[in-house]
Amino acid sequence: MEERQIIKTEDLIFDYTVFDENGDETGKSRVLSDINLSIKEGSFVAVLGHNGSGKSTLAKHFNGILIPSSGKVLVDGIDTSDESRIYDIRQTVGMVFQNPDNQIVATIVEEDVAFALENLGVPPDEIRRRVDKALKTVDMYDYKDHAPHQLSGGQKQRVAIAGIIAMRPRCIVMDEPTAMLDPKGRKEIMATIKMLNKEHGITVVLITHYMEEAAKADRVVVIDKGKILLDDVPKKIFSQIELLKSVGLDVPQATELMYELRKSGIDVPDDIIDEEECVQVLYDILKSKE
Amino acid sequence: MLKDITIGQFFPGNSIIHRLDSRFKILLDIAYVVMLFIAGNYCSLLTAGVFMLIVYMLSGISFKLIFKSLKPLLPIIIFTCILNLFFIHGEGEPLVQLGFITIYMEGITTSVFMTVRIVFLIVGMSLLTYTTSPIALTDAIERLLSPLKKLHFPVHELAMMMTIALRFIPTLIEETDKIMSAQKARGANLDTGGLIKKAKALIPVLIPLFVSAFKRANELALAMECRCYKGGEGRTRMKQLKFGMRDIIAVLIMAAMIALIVLMNIYVVIPGV
Amino acid sequence: MNAIELKGLTYKYSLGTPFESVAVDNVNLQIEKGEFCGIIGHTGSGKSTLIQHLNGLLKPTSGEVIIDGQNIWAKGVDIRSIRFKVGLVFQYSEHQLFEETVYKDIAYGPKNMGCSEEDIDRRVRQAAENMGIKDELLERSPFDLSGGQKRRVALAGVIAMDPEILILDEPAAGLDPIGREKVLKKISDYHKKYGKTILLVSHSMEDIVKYADKVLVMNKGRLFCHEDTDNVFARQDEIIKIGLDVPQITKIMMGLREKGVDLGKDIYTVERAKERILRYMDKGTIC
Repeated sequence: MEERQIIKTEDLIFDYTVFDENGDETGKSRVLSDINLSIKEGSFVAVLGHNGSGKSTLAKHFNGILIPSSGKVLVDGIDTSDESRIYDIRQTVGMVFQNPDNQIVATIVEEDVAFALENLGVPPDEIRRRVDKALKTVDMYDYKDHAPHQLSGGQKQRVAIAGIIAMRPRCIVMDEPTAMLDPKGRKEIMATIKMLNKEHGITVVLITHYMEEAAKADRVVVIDKGKILLDDVPKKIFSQIELLKSVGLDVPQATELMYELRKSGIDVPDDIIDEEECVQVLYDILKSKE
Repeated sequence: MLKDITIGQFFPGNSIIHRLDSRFKILLDIAYVVMLFIAGNYCSLLTAGVFMLIVYMLSGISFKLIFKSLKPLLPIIIFTCILNLFFIHGEGEPLVQLGFITIYMEGITTSVFMTVRIVFLIVGMSLLTYTTSPIALTDAIERLLSPLKKLHFPVHELAMMMTIALRFIPTLIEETDKIMSAQKARGANLDTGGLIKKAKALIPVLIPLFVSAFKRANELALAMECRCYKGGEGRTRMKQLKFGMRDIIAVLIMAAMIALIVLMNIYVVIPGV
Repeated sequence: MNAIELKGLTYKYSLGTPFESVAVDNVNLQIEKGEFCGIIGHTGSGKSTLIQHLNGLLKPTSGEVIIDGQNIWAKGVDIRSIRFKVGLVFQYSEHQLFEETVYKDIAYGPKNMGCSEEDIDRRVRQAAENMGIKDELLERSPFDLSGGQKRRVALAGVIAMDPEILILDEPAAGLDPIGREKVLKKISDYHKKYGKTILLVSHSMEDIVKYADKVLVMNKGRLFCHEDTDNVFARQDEIIKIGLDVPQITKIMMGLREKGVDLGKDIYTVERAKERILRYMDKGTIC
């Protein structure tokens, strides 16, 4: 049986039109070129790239905010350029942005979570049920009567996520959701993302430049200069330290240590990304020397 | 500090007054204003005042707030008082005559009457904002104005703008605070100097604030689109405003009060007023 | 000689209301001239409130702030002159940019100081150079620059005042790895070149240990510790207990220690970890 692809791009190209001071068109600047990418339903994919690599522009194609200059984007088989289906697309693929402050519309948490459902004309009782459920899912139910400015960054971002999952999307695209948060908020959001993916089966596309976050995904796509540079499981991605560094990305310290040791002639694997694995490998080689 | 300013004057509570349907509260408030203007003599005016005080007690709002609500409007109250005092001419001899100033007995009574009426008006109106959250008020206004939609009046858009404004006021206040601190750290002098100098000194605060507000507006619009916002058409609401028994009772009480006041105007005659 | 001395510094928010809360609680502290001190602590630990006292933006509820031997709230002290002496760069400092050109924006601080035109010009160019802002950018609008560039322009705006003490609140927040590295490198170079006292607030322990000589940890409004970087991690268990992160490499070394292989408690960079591992493999011990 063929796997379902929730998002599929076909030869996606996106150009920005450049204008001069008088507003005349002076040329085009290519932001994305020849992106062919399929995202399997239920997967957790990280899109990694430095600022200006085109990763956010790509994300905006996934729910029809931007339409390709050429090529196609299919969301659950629907072409995003089909304006008549735009609300189906936006309900299928929800989007969470970087700054939690700028995506909360209402003055009360629960009213904000209800926003999308009200827009879609869902009956009031059904809205109530779905809002409560969404708030419980992100563990913000106790704050339902709070005003957004009384919450911490991580809490605000979870409210924003609740506002999206209340629509019951099958996929959520997160555009650097942790970039403005402190370490605590970042942990809360990463835990929420993993839970949504593993327990609720929601497909997650996480746009980020933090390699620790990308390491938690099932698959990492590295974007550089508007092109897909690498597309593989995290272990395989992070083993290419030199290539990653050349495009302005970091690797986890565990991976870097292994790389350094290998350079010194010690035989350690090149696909270590997490701490426990690293401890075990080091323990084995150090014990063998005693 | 700027962030200590409270916006709106809502005091959350769970009293019967708090729980009244906000649409009815607005309408009842209008009825109360009408009642005050119907009241033609001291007896009916004071009855209206006692009624208002009872409502205040029911709401559980501290009486101290009565004075707080009057304070900013004090100049208007004094102005009304003086205007009536000097410009009402009565029959018979003036009580005081000092150059162009003449004060008649009628002037004093009317002046006191008008002042009391204005005080009752302000205190009664502020009870509405004390007991109704801004969001409930916005909601009520949207619904009360909805017949105007037929005349292509953008009722929903207006309410949406009010909601967004309420949502972003605390955020922008906090932001202003931050920008002011940052510019002060660069030696900005925001507190001293004449008016023009002060206004000029604010430019380094206002420009970054506008830049950020536009950026926020842009991002918010995008986020709203992603959540399928398409204007007021076909929208439902999670919270239904439902009027219940208590709202009907409130309306009946108000109607009875107005009737009482009208009767008092006719049958209670106080000599001299 | 101390650049900064705090004596019993306490600050309470919303004093005299039911919302009164202690943000900074009896902090005693000395920071030497020329020290590069990293400040960590989670949100609400009081670190932001603390640094706003150092240039007189906040006035302590009680206690003294002594800058360069002078109590800044003593009679007759012009608080603005303190702000020129202690440069403070806020988080997301690019939000303070407002002028038409990068040059004018950097010149804002020196202008407020009352410097002459030539002096302003010299300061602007030098600050721009120190922050790696190329000459051709000076005439551009600050709003046209990339995120990392804007950040460095905002930093240059404070450095142009030539402060004795430079305090930076999360100067790398929200930047990608290249932007981060560049900003922090420029700050470190500036420190080496001029030997000014620098306080760097960051959530990232990795960044702090890479550049700072000393680390100051705030917890619940109190000073938790202020020690040499090498010694701070000797208290790694306590640091983790108060909810702060240590670098991944330190966690790996802790994992090894639990298994019975101790490579030392002062490992927080990959280089040092590598060195210790190689030494251990060579000699079977780290000594």
